[in-house]
Amino acid sequence: MTAIDKPQAVRAGLGISTQELRGVLICVGIFIVAGLVPLVTDGYVLQLAISIVMYTAFATSWLLFSGPTNYIALSTAAFFGIGMYVTAGGIDLVPYPVLILAAAVAGAAMAAVVGLATLRVSGVYFVIFSLGLAELVRQFMTWGQHVFGTMSGLYVTIDRSEPMFYWQLLVLTAVVYLVGWWIGRSRLGFALRIIGNDEVVAVHCGINTARAKVVLFVISSTFAAIGGAVVAPRWGYVEPVVAFNPFLSFQVVIMALLGGTQRLWGPLLGVIPFVLLWELISIEFPDQTTLLLGVCFLLIVYVIPNGITGLIEDAWRRRGGASASGPGDGGGMVAKSTGPLRNLLRRRKGHDV
Amino acid sequence: MDIVIIGLLLGGTYALMAMGLQLQYGVARIMNLANGEVLIAGAFGAFWFYAGTKASPLLALLFVVPLAFALNWAIYRVLIVPLVRRAKSQGKLEVDSILATFGLSFIFIGIMVAAFGAQYTDYAYLSEPIYIFGERYGLNRVVSFIASTALCIGLYVWLHKTRAGLALRAVSVNPSAAGLVSINVTRTSAFAFALGGAVTAAGGVLLSMYLTFDASYGVVFTLKALIIVILGGVGDIRGTILAAFILGLAETAVASLIDPGLTLAAAYMLFMIVLLVRPEGLFGRRAA
Repeated sequence: MTAIDKPQAVRAGLGISTQELRGVLICVGIFIVAGLVPLVTDGYVLQLAISIVMYTAFATSWLLFSGPTNYIALSTAAFFGIGMYVTAGGIDLVPYPVLILAAAVAGAAMAAVVGLATLRVSGVYFVIFSLGLAELVRQFMTWGQHVFGTMSGLYVTIDRSEPMFYWQLLVLTAVVYLVGWWIGRSRLGFALRIIGNDEVVAVHCGINTARAKVVLFVISSTFAAIGGAVVAPRWGYVEPVVAFNPFLSFQVVIMALLGGTQRLWGPLLGVIPFVLLWELISIEFPDQTTLLLGVCFLLIVYVIPNGITGLIEDAWRRRGGASASGPGDGGGMVAKSTGPLRNLLRRRKGHDV
Repeated sequence: MDIVIIGLLLGGTYALMAMGLQLQYGVARIMNLANGEVLIAGAFGAFWFYAGTKASPLLALLFVVPLAFALNWAIYRVLIVPLVRRAKSQGKLEVDSILATFGLSFIFIGIMVAAFGAQYTDYAYLSEPIYIFGERYGLNRVVSFIASTALCIGLYVWLHKTRAGLALRAVSVNPSAAGLVSINVTRTSAFAFALGGAVTAAGGVLLSMYLTFDASYGVVFTLKALIIVILGGVGDIRGTILAAFILGLAETAVASLIDPGLTLAAAYMLFMIVLLVRPEGLFGRRAA
């Protein structure tokens, strides 16, 4: 199995090809440049930058699971809210870094339960379950606060400056990328790509499909929970309706789709234009945001089903780079071809266009 | 005792709403995440009609049902058919239709907020008591139950006694085999999708008679309908009706014994049990 997994390029040292090394170096460079943003600007631009980094972390971690498997997870808000609540509940009791860890554990535990219950059966059941998960947890939270007689909201008061949030989120994003890169190279990532292409084939290859899916879903959801824990102090006040707002799940999916789900760096290309567009929409049409976002969503599904990365790769291929490995393979990140089958499909599609 | 009766009354309306989704998912094979929004649209239709005329909301069915039928027909023709053509496999179609109807649900919410506002809405129709076994119940609940039972029976008879109903059931069992016996599968699917939407909207009209709703509440009904369909078994109307009553009872029990805010938790609990014990549903056929 691993024999096919290895890319065509020569592997050296730790098994990292020169192509991959270049991709990693470019990424490190981008992160360093991104880390300098708070030093040169503040106020409105920094706000936008924080949004972009936060959504990049969420959309990319969403992609880790939903990209290769094609299982649409609509549950980011549920895990985000869990992370927020862990932070809000424990902020007066334990130090903040411990809370982030606790949020990760709580998110992972919930993801494991959900995954074990739904991912053994079929993709549709998983989607349905994830659709209502945020609402379900919200009901439990509201009920719990009602029973224990606490007030409906919780204050999170620790002193953090805006640049600090930015850097924390940037580190989180970097970790997401690192994990994504590692998964893309591992047996687990390879197994997932086979599952995404054809689950029956995957089973016949001897892949424990349920286990692979659950593990990846746990990883992906844990990041959403950590994100919630990181953002909670920035919001200052946490209550169920805000923490478990299903809009977040929706935004994350739409951004990842806009960017393209076949590359690890795809969501980034979706997040940047979308955050800017969202800014514009919420300023110009504050009352029609839901409607307009629905329209955007449909446009993406119908007009650019492969996202911006898909458009770039098509353009690249038309320019003469006819080989199946597009420019994206330079990163060698998430979607290395799963072999001849995928190449064949791609080439067939190229002819249709 | 009143838990049982309220649960049964609720289950009757749920049965209608879930039959709508069953037609869309079981026959047309489109996982429609905008189903709940169609239901809420029906509820708003009834509200608007009642506020304007003070006549019985049941009369709103006369225009809500044809409108919902036309709207869902158009949705299938314009939005779903291109996806069916584009899809390389059933799995790809499922992903695409989930995404498309998910986007659609937000468009519906946006339109309804623009038209009716985002606040909670309800109206008082027949909110007078009726006594069953010495206990008080809202007359509107009972009327809603009777109307929805009548519609369910009508639909059931139509599906099992007419040629068109037979065609629908044939497509539900096996689309490609249905094509072989000269059933126009695309047209039948479009019809089933439209009919499903109309039935769901009718469920919305009936629910609105005693339930408070708002524009963004559709997703909860989508979930409940989906859970009923899965619990009963995809493609099986008997299962759907039985499952609707089970959910109605479970919800009422949780709401009155534990907390009214936990109704969705009751639905999820049933969902979990089904997934763990019998994923194909009560009357479902086990996949080969």
